[in-house]
Amino acid sequence: MADEVRAEGGDVADGVDEGGVDEGGAKEGGVDDRRDDGAGAPGDPTQVRGGQTAPAVAFLASIVAAIALAVVYSTGGQVQAEGVALAIALGGIGIGLVLWAKRFMPEGPDVESRGRIGSTPEDQQAFVKDFATGGATFGRRNFLTKLMLGAVGALGLAALFPIRSLGPRPGRGLKSTPYRDGVRLVTDTGDPIRPDDPGVGGVITAFPEGNVGDETAQTLLIRLLPGQLNPQPGREDWTVNNVVAYSKVCTHAGCPVGLFEAQRGELLCPCHQSTFDVLNGATPVFGPATRPLPQLPLGTDDDGNLIATGDFSGPIGPGFWDINK
Amino acid sequence: MTPRRSHDERGDEKGSRVGRSARWFDDRLGVARTGRTLLDKIFPNHWSFLLGEIALYSFVVLLATGVYLTFFFDASMAPTTYDGSYAPLQGVQVSQAYNSVLDLSFDVRAGLVMRQVHHWAALLFVAAIVVHVCRVFFTGAFRRPREINWVVGCTLLVLALGNGFAGYSLLDDQLSGTGIRIADSVILSIPVAGTWISSLLFGGDFPGTQIIPRLFILHVLLLPAAIVILLAVHLGILIRHKHTHFAGEGATEDNVVGERVWPTYAAKAGGVFFLTAALLCLLGGLFQINPVWLFGPFEVANVSSASQPDWYIGWLEGSLRLMPPWEITIFGYLIPNPFFPGVLLPGVTFMLLYAWPWIEARATKDYAPHHILDRPRDRPVRTALGVATLAFYVVLFAAGATDVLAVTFGLSVNRLVWTFRTLLLVLPVGAAIAANRLCHELRRRDGPAEPVAPVDDPEPAFSTR
Repeated sequence: MADEVRAEGGDVADGVDEGGVDEGGAKEGGVDDRRDDGAGAPGDPTQVRGGQTAPAVAFLASIVAAIALAVVYSTGGQVQAEGVALAIALGGIGIGLVLWAKRFMPEGPDVESRGRIGSTPEDQQAFVKDFATGGATFGRRNFLTKLMLGAVGALGLAALFPIRSLGPRPGRGLKSTPYRDGVRLVTDTGDPIRPDDPGVGGVITAFPEGNVGDETAQTLLIRLLPGQLNPQPGREDWTVNNVVAYSKVCTHAGCPVGLFEAQRGELLCPCHQSTFDVLNGATPVFGPATRPLPQLPLGTDDDGNLIATGDFSGPIGPGFWDINK
Repeated sequence: MTPRRSHDERGDEKGSRVGRSARWFDDRLGVARTGRTLLDKIFPNHWSFLLGEIALYSFVVLLATGVYLTFFFDASMAPTTYDGSYAPLQGVQVSQAYNSVLDLSFDVRAGLVMRQVHHWAALLFVAAIVVHVCRVFFTGAFRRPREINWVVGCTLLVLALGNGFAGYSLLDDQLSGTGIRIADSVILSIPVAGTWISSLLFGGDFPGTQIIPRLFILHVLLLPAAIVILLAVHLGILIRHKHTHFAGEGATEDNVVGERVWPTYAAKAGGVFFLTAALLCLLGGLFQINPVWLFGPFEVANVSSASQPDWYIGWLEGSLRLMPPWEITIFGYLIPNPFFPGVLLPGVTFMLLYAWPWIEARATKDYAPHHILDRPRDRPVRTALGVATLAFYVVLFAAGATDVLAVTFGLSVNRLVWTFRTLLLVLPVGAAIAANRLCHELRRRDGPAEPVAPVDDPEPAFSTR
């Protein structure tokens, strides 16, 4: 291992040898000899392993780059130029320092004793004894000790209560959405939707009127071919003009299920590739999702616009502990 | 000013300036002896000992660039209309947070380079920590007396991951919003407390208006403060223990062989700091990263396909993707699917990581202190287990990009998922067998003369003198 390090040092010195005060020739063997005969005192001139031209050039480059950086900045700034100038300014100092260390500084190996880490058994025992002597006071006042611990504990519990202010009791948005019987469906710009607005095989993202952008209520309207859909039992009249509506929130991890493959009648979630069979109640057919996308019952109002006739068939989005309660 | 000269300096006129000021401080603090010990400390020389340093220096760059960014970033989810100089988004409704990131990127001089250097530094920070953990693991540097520092280091890794995620979630672009949403789904999956934790964290339902200001204070104060404190502890314990070293060159369990801190090691370490910073500036200047203006502002009903998290979250993304569609219902209560890949797997991962020094000591019955490092080949079982673990997480990492791989190579996502599910079980076993074989082969080539580092210690309690 140490040989590798030394060889590396030699290589660097060789590679940037500027022919200056190069005494040792920076060959591996030479370095080895110096090390082995114990030369290592700071300032030992036999330690010089290369010229000072290369580190000097590095420092100079750094100065030039720093000036260039100031010029780039004051003339309006340009991200690539700034990055490169910064890199040269910093890298010049870095290379200069490393070369300096490798060429002119004592290289070792130096040896240091580790000394012991743990204390002596006597010290350890003395500590335990002192601690126990002092601690015995608590033991003798057992009643007081218990009360004090009780007080600290009670205070700790009381201090937890402000955390409750961080958020409301969970649940409202997890189990219900703004959809009710008669709520109109609108586009993300707030326009009402007619049953033939989605082209066959096409998809529209809809929201309940008055709640555009509501994360829980985002809905996919998909228009299928007549007879393509196998309605789930009890949902035979939940579609209008072959338009079926499902929650757009993936039941796996909540991403919008955005990709519809019309040919296979499948919805694909772009996050974790859960796939839902639109023709059969949006049941999951691939990926990590376990529950179907909840379906929204559709109807039309007197003006012929799409409305919901109730809330989704179940809680939308990812699962949670008491989702079935 | 001459009459007011401090009497401390009387008689010191002959000393050098450094000598005089050093004496001034030492007369007040009495630290000369400690200081000299520090100057003369020995650091062993090996390339692999640089990995932790690179993590440290990346963190310094993170602090410097991060402080700069806070002067411009506005951690608010209040809506505003973008009217900066990036034409495609002019007039678009965005959050203050996203708006300020666009301003920082397009209208603050040197803002973009700082932001990109910051992001690259975060990537390098975590990468250097991970490789450093691997070095410590494979060389057995976690063994007694370094178990505490292993635990501190594991905590630093957890904090680095958490702070990285918090950081890139602040920008309120489509990608980070999707990440927060997935994180919320994972939180919701926690049995009993999940919905409460989610509600308290988000101040209600996702996305709400609170999460970015809250992640911001985590990202710029709480987590960095914890990292700074633990870094100080980590380095303090390192100095207390003195660094491990490899066998050879007269290295024993009782000494440290290497270079003195002053001046050689200090100069080299300083050089490595500047080189690390230089590399990060080069990356930040030349290689665009996280171009949030292309992702657009976060909108709940949108998601961009081929969304990819930062690399160090990739294994979690992969585990979520590969998890089969299973979940458990107990007495009507649900343990949802994301719990297993998103909570249980990382929980077990980090518990095993934390406990490894004790697991190994118990398995090998080796409770003795060790300051000489193992060569991985000399510990074939540990090496094989480590390689298997790495293989497991590499498969998860790759599986986090199934969609990208499918598009790039024209493959079916479903087939890829099944391939990765199989690989996840098969590859670690194969990798372990291969690593074990390789270790034995390398040792055979070393010949019988190569002594294995001594492990047994007659007096385990206080063996170092």
